[in-house]
Amino acid sequence: MHPTASQTDIVEPVTIDASSGRVENGIHLEVGDPEIFERDDPTRELVFDLERVQILYSGVAAVTDVNLDIASREVTAFIGPSGCGKTTVLRSLNRMHDTTPGAVVEGKILYHGEDLYGPKVDAAEVRRRIGMVFQKPNPFPKSIYDNVAYGPKINGRKRGDLDDLVEQALTRAALWDEVKDKLKRSALALSGGQQQRLCIARAIAVEPDVILMDEPCSALDPIATARIEDLMIELKREFTIVIVTHNMQQASRVADRTAFFTAELNESGKRMGLLVEYDTTNKIFTQPSDPRTEGYITGRFG
Amino acid sequence: MTAPTSLLTPRRGTTGRHVRNRVATVGIWLALFIVLVPLVAVIGSVIVKGASSLSGNFLTQDINKITNGQKLADAFAKVAGKQSTQDGIKPAIVGTLLITGFATLMAVPLGILGGVYLNEYGGKNHFARVLRFLTEVMTGVPSIVMGLFIFSIVVVKTGFSLGWNVSGFAGSLALGCLMLPVVIRATEEMLKLVPNELREASYALGARKSKTIVSVVLPAAAAGIVSGALLAVARAAGETAPLVFVIGITRTTNTNIFSGGNVALSTEIFRNALSYGSYAAARNRAWGEALVLIVIALTFTLLARLVTAMFTRRRAA
Repeated sequence: MHPTASQTDIVEPVTIDASSGRVENGIHLEVGDPEIFERDDPTRELVFDLERVQILYSGVAAVTDVNLDIASREVTAFIGPSGCGKTTVLRSLNRMHDTTPGAVVEGKILYHGEDLYGPKVDAAEVRRRIGMVFQKPNPFPKSIYDNVAYGPKINGRKRGDLDDLVEQALTRAALWDEVKDKLKRSALALSGGQQQRLCIARAIAVEPDVILMDEPCSALDPIATARIEDLMIELKREFTIVIVTHNMQQASRVADRTAFFTAELNESGKRMGLLVEYDTTNKIFTQPSDPRTEGYITGRFG
Repeated sequence: MTAPTSLLTPRRGTTGRHVRNRVATVGIWLALFIVLVPLVAVIGSVIVKGASSLSGNFLTQDINKITNGQKLADAFAKVAGKQSTQDGIKPAIVGTLLITGFATLMAVPLGILGGVYLNEYGGKNHFARVLRFLTEVMTGVPSIVMGLFIFSIVVVKTGFSLGWNVSGFAGSLALGCLMLPVVIRATEEMLKLVPNELREASYALGARKSKTIVSVVLPAAAAGIVSGALLAVARAAGETAPLVFVIGITRTTNTNIFSGGNVALSTEIFRNALSYGSYAAARNRAWGEALVLIVIALTFTLLARLVTAMFTRRRAA
């Protein structure tokens, strides 16, 4: 079944000109929408390039055959039902799986053209450049100040510039005004939304290139969620952001590109995640080319 | 649908509940009372009998041999209905603090490192499993066996022994061996409670494993580890069996734990209660020593609670 224009209630309908459509990376790209054209500029700077990525836990594939690229200073969203491997793929982007016994990443993940899993690559340096914000706010049981200063400190920043750095990071995470008078207080006394913004400030403080966010708003109320979403759009100017979310509205609000993952039974009857479709958010939500994507975004799961 | 019954009419099968509740409540109070009896009796008798010994120079003087003259004075005192003559237990207090202190210095850092290895590095590998099993076995070793072990490999001058003769340090080794598995277990258990999210948060900022353990994991578990270690110290301070035949004896304060005999409160209580049990002077001395020992152990226990409370309050603030 091919999607029709009647399902385009989320975003403005896209003008389709089938005659001049082109095919790139197996994804059919429509011409006519200037926004899409701009982003699909072949000169756009790629941060990640995933080729045939498969991730296994104790020999069992959790997600397989993922091919996608992520461009600089864009927000890329991974959506899909639970167990489809979106978090698993996200965690492969900063080598977080290194710390999970039994997890193996196969295929190729290029980061600025370099093999992320190359033999000489230092995983700690990878994680300094590619920061992560987790599903549950996880501030250290330390003061607000020490939470933000921790990253710069371990990465060799002098004590002298720490005060400015902490203020900058908290300001960029839209938290400074709320905490400037209680920097020495425990971070655990903050509300959930504040804690998550503190975690974002902590990630920003080490001046990463990419920020990975694993369902950063799932534990937050709508107001705190809105603040984090605003923050993401703000941070997009300086950072490349990849976000995993269960919330499709969130993806449609913040993401430039969206990847839809799903879980299917393979030949041996095991559930396995796979990437169904990856395109501009506009396209995914208005003109999905795969019926499974359409089913998911319109609420008919499966 | 039937009309709702009043809240005051008991539901079917609930009438026996009040009786059961009453019986259970009485049972629980009774159990509490029974448990309190030995506790109060022990502490009460030690305080009552020990307090009278704490007079004069009891805490500051050397231990005197109980002489024939004293035995005589004792008899006179008994006839006159008076307290017998007293002398000090300073060597035993100093000995207990030094021997336990050195044991702590050896066992606590080593135990914390062991716990860190088991939880953070070893995990489920074979070496860690063997180590964990041996730690459990070591926890179950009776303290007198630990004393014999140190006696046979450190103290005596035969066989494969080091033959260092009796010293306070031999006692420290024995107490350290007893404390080590306790500290390892306490550390491992506390580290297990540190949420993995904290480790991941640290890794995600570019921290290496060692840095993460030192700067995030250990501080997060510090309260539990410190209180676990202090409880191990409190227990070790009262151990008698491992000390009684490895530290020798002295009547004067010996601050050099590496050579010469030493003496601890626990061994003094043992000797006084046993060897001179029939003399009031020795009995009184033993009670006094018991009171001092309990106070020392209680101090460590309270310190453990204080440290835990301090950390918890700081975290909640």
